[in-house]
Amino acid sequence: MNEIHLRTPLKNEDLENLKIGDKVLISGIIYTGRDAAHKRLVDLIEQGKELPIDIKGQVIYFVGPAPAKPGQAIGSAGPTTSYRMDPYSPILLDRGLKGMIGKGPRNQEVIDAMVRNKAVYFAAIGGAAALIAKSVTSAKVVAYEDLGTEAIRELKVENFPCIVANDIYGNDLYKKGVQDYREE
Amino acid sequence: MREISVSEVIPVVKKLCMDANYYIGEDVIEKIKEFREKEKSPTGREILDIILKNDELAAKEQMPMCQDTGVAVIFVELGQDVHIVGGDFYEAINEGVRQGYKDGYLRKSMVDGPVIKRKNTGDNTPAVIHTKIVPGDNIKIIVAPKGGGSENMSEVKMMKAADGIEGVKDFVVDRVRRSGGNPCPPMIVGVGMGGNFEKSALLAKESLLRPLNEKNPDPELAEIEQELLARINKLGIGPQGLGGTTTALAVFIKRFPCHIASMPVAVNIQCHAARHKQAII
Repeated sequence: MNEIHLRTPLKNEDLENLKIGDKVLISGIIYTGRDAAHKRLVDLIEQGKELPIDIKGQVIYFVGPAPAKPGQAIGSAGPTTSYRMDPYSPILLDRGLKGMIGKGPRNQEVIDAMVRNKAVYFAAIGGAAALIAKSVTSAKVVAYEDLGTEAIRELKVENFPCIVANDIYGNDLYKKGVQDYREE
Repeated sequence: MREISVSEVIPVVKKLCMDANYYIGEDVIEKIKEFREKEKSPTGREILDIILKNDELAAKEQMPMCQDTGVAVIFVELGQDVHIVGGDFYEAINEGVRQGYKDGYLRKSMVDGPVIKRKNTGDNTPAVIHTKIVPGDNIKIIVAPKGGGSENMSEVKMMKAADGIEGVKDFVVDRVRRSGGNPCPPMIVGVGMGGNFEKSALLAKESLLRPLNEKNPDPELAEIEQELLARINKLGIGPQGLGGTTTALAVFIKRFPCHIASMPVAVNIQCHAARHKQAII
């Protein structure tokens, strides 16, 4: 299968051609965020305050990286399980977030919000953390340093490998993949 | 009585924490390769190849194979003829964890005030320590870092004797079905049958320490393990939950007698980064 190259920030035209199962290599800037950072972002939105990062057209990668060794841009950095971000993601998608990278299926509210906002969810390989770290060329904390590994980092990535798990048309690779191979 | 100083314990625990996170067991690699040959999904095969490549890279560069370097779960078998001197034994274990996670560039994932404050303790302590007193004058220490994603898919169920073995099998298979792609399949499914509420969970966790190439010595349990593995791999979940025939690499069962009124069953899910290293002092 061909690999599709994507550059952030993502535009509607980029996403209209993507279908579930497509292999994608993402380059450009992406932001990290997991449970604690999502809660803070959504709290700010609910209070009507500015976010510390502009999420329009951007991609959030659900990850809490391991510390970088001397000479590394980042330590091992595989995806964390995405369902824990489900309560927050629709709110961020409605504010212009275009992509999410994680692992594991999303709930219907998130899928609906992706369709509504033309956004995509990419699956990265859970546990392939050392390999994924190789596609990160630089990392810096841009918000919530006190959260340690959960801080929001700006990552510069080159050919970050992932698979389209939910496209803008409401399709779900987690459902389809399992249906294709289920025998019990 | 053999005297062992806590100062001997600290570096051992430190090294085990680092080694466990860098070097996956050869048994895991062999098992993934074996399933890769049988995997029907092309995407599934590709994912298994990526996992193998990742684990090789992690070992070569001494990087954690997964960024989730886990709760430091530590099993201690303490010989009854050992006299520990020079300080607090559990504090020594925690010091080993502290040093291993810091000097090994491992992620610190423990938060204090688990429900309300959730403040990172900063050094991945405290470890979760299970101690058994055994005959002899050695200390055996097993470090088994356990990631959150797979742990979250685990469950204890207080079943009824009337549920029978078929009820238990259905519970295990259903627990895996409901886990889907969340626990980073291919997974290892640890099952604890009997004991009481907490004993069943500990049995399930202990079962995960068995090497993947070893059969259950109890033929009855070995047969149930094989049947469950076959059923689980028909669920279609596959590598990473994206569809396929490799959902689990193994099912391991441990059992213990239980109360006449009870039949507790625990399922502890382990991701493909099945890490454990041991040492004897």
